[in-house]
Order: sequence, then structure tokens, then C-alpha cells
Amino acid sequence: MLKALGLAAILAMGAPLAAQAQAAKPNDAQIAHIAYTAGVIDVTAGKQALAKSKDKSVRDFAQEMVRDHTAVNDQALALVKKLGVTPQDNPTSKALAKDAAAKLKTYAALNGAAFDKAYVANEVAYHKTVNGALATTLIPNAQNAELKSLLQTGLKLFTEHQVHAEHLAAGHH
Amino acid sequence: MAIPRRLFLALAGAALAAAPATAAPKVYAVTLQQMAFGPAPAGLRVGDTIEWVNNDIFVHSATARDKSFDLELKPKARVRMKLKQTGTIAFYCRYHPGMTGRLVVGR
Repeated sequence: MLKALGLAAILAMGAPLAAQAQAAKPNDAQIAHIAYTAGVIDVTAGKQALAKSKDKSVRDFAQEMVRDHTAVNDQALALVKKLGVTPQDNPTSKALAKDAAAKLKTYAALNGAAFDKAYVANEVAYHKTVNGALATTLIPNAQNAELKSLLQTGLKLFTEHQVHAEHLAAGHH
Repeated sequence: MAIPRRLFLALAGAALAAAPATAAPKVYAVTLQQMAFGPAPAGLRVGDTIEWVNNDIFVHSATARDKSFDLELKPKARVRMKLKQTGTIAFYCRYHPGMTGRLVVGR
């Protein structure tokens, strides 16, 4: 009886663990997709901020996000083309995109200082999340040296953006 | 007569002493890559040239805190500037304020 319960527990735990293991060890095609998606999300958020915000420091920051992430993604596209890799959609990319779509919708209803505050706070949180994923999952699992190097550049960029966003957030209490 | 002569010698001596400082100006490169400024060159003098070399895929700037220069550095661009003042000039990137450095310029 105890034995059976134990096995059931292991089996019950097994499925999510396997799913996690798969998510934790993405291949290069999936990594490229996740990194690209993360970039597109931030470019889109930046464009929304440029359309809505009137605050110069917020607009400057948003402009920087659009410009820098577009630059990384252009480089990423050139790299996957060169490597003959087709970026592959995956649960992490899907979760990122779904979350971002919901946030865009929420922020669309905000204006003025309320929008600025929400956008900047989310930029801090978002860059923190993506930095964590880059450092612990995406970079360690990347097999191709050029992809790994681009992700490392991305991590430095995102870290700088996070610091910039935190400074902005400190001024938008 | 003796005094002007001594004065003349003193002036000549000063000119000679100053001569090494007027050595041909040099060009030094400061490279930006991976979201950081490379090390600033040592032994900079007024009249020397700094060539900012942006090896990143991002737009950066080399901006002096004292506003003595503010250069936009497009990806892969090389931009030169002449050093016009002595002293320590702290600089940063306007777009990525975490990127910083210092130029120490002598006579």
C-alpha cells in the first residue's frame, strides 16, 4: 500500500518534472526563439510608451529600448540565417508572449503619470526576469559559440537597461 | 646689458625645457565593446587625438561630464577628437549611463 502510494507520488511528480527538465534544457533553435521573442516584446512595449508618454526621461528610455533591442534582434536574425537554424516556438516563448499581450492591453488603458509608472516598473521586472533566464538557462544551454556570445552581449545590454530602468523608477514614485 | 642677457638665457632655457612637451601629437584609440569602454590610454597630452572605436552593434555616445565633448558613436563607427584641455575628464555613454571612463590629460 505504502509502496503503491509512493509510486503514484513519483509518477504524479514525474510529468511536471519532465516538462520542467525540457523547458530547462532548450535547444539552440528554441533559445534563439525565446531571445528573439523577449526582444520583440520590449520593442513593442517601447513603441507603446513612445505613443503614450509625454515624459522626456521615459521617452528617452523607451527610444533606447526600441533601438537596442532592434539591434540585437537584427543580429540574431542574421545569425540564425547564417547557421541555417529556424527559431522554434516553445512553451517559454508562448508564456512570454501571452504575458506581454496582457500587459500591453492593461497599459493601453492608462495615461499620463499612471502609464509612465506602470511602464517603468514593468521594465524593471521584465529585464530582471529575462536576465535571470539568460544567465541560468539560455546562455548555459546554448551550444553554438556565436549564439552564446550574442546572448552574453544581450545579458550585458539587459543588465544595463535594468539599471537604467531602476534609476527611472526611483524618480517616478 | 647683463640683465637682459641673463633674461634671454633664462627664456631660452625655459623654451628648451618645454621642448619635449611639444613632441608630435599622437592618436590613441579607445574601443567600446560588449557594453563597456576599453581602458583609457596613459600619457595623454593636450594636442593628442582620441579615436573612439565603437565595435558594438549599439549606438553609444562618448559624453564628458563637464560637457567639453559629446560625440554620438554609431555602431562600428570611428570618431576622432582632439584633446584641448588638461585635467581629468570623466565620461559616460548617454544611452547606457552604466558605461563610464576617465581621460587624464597632461600638458
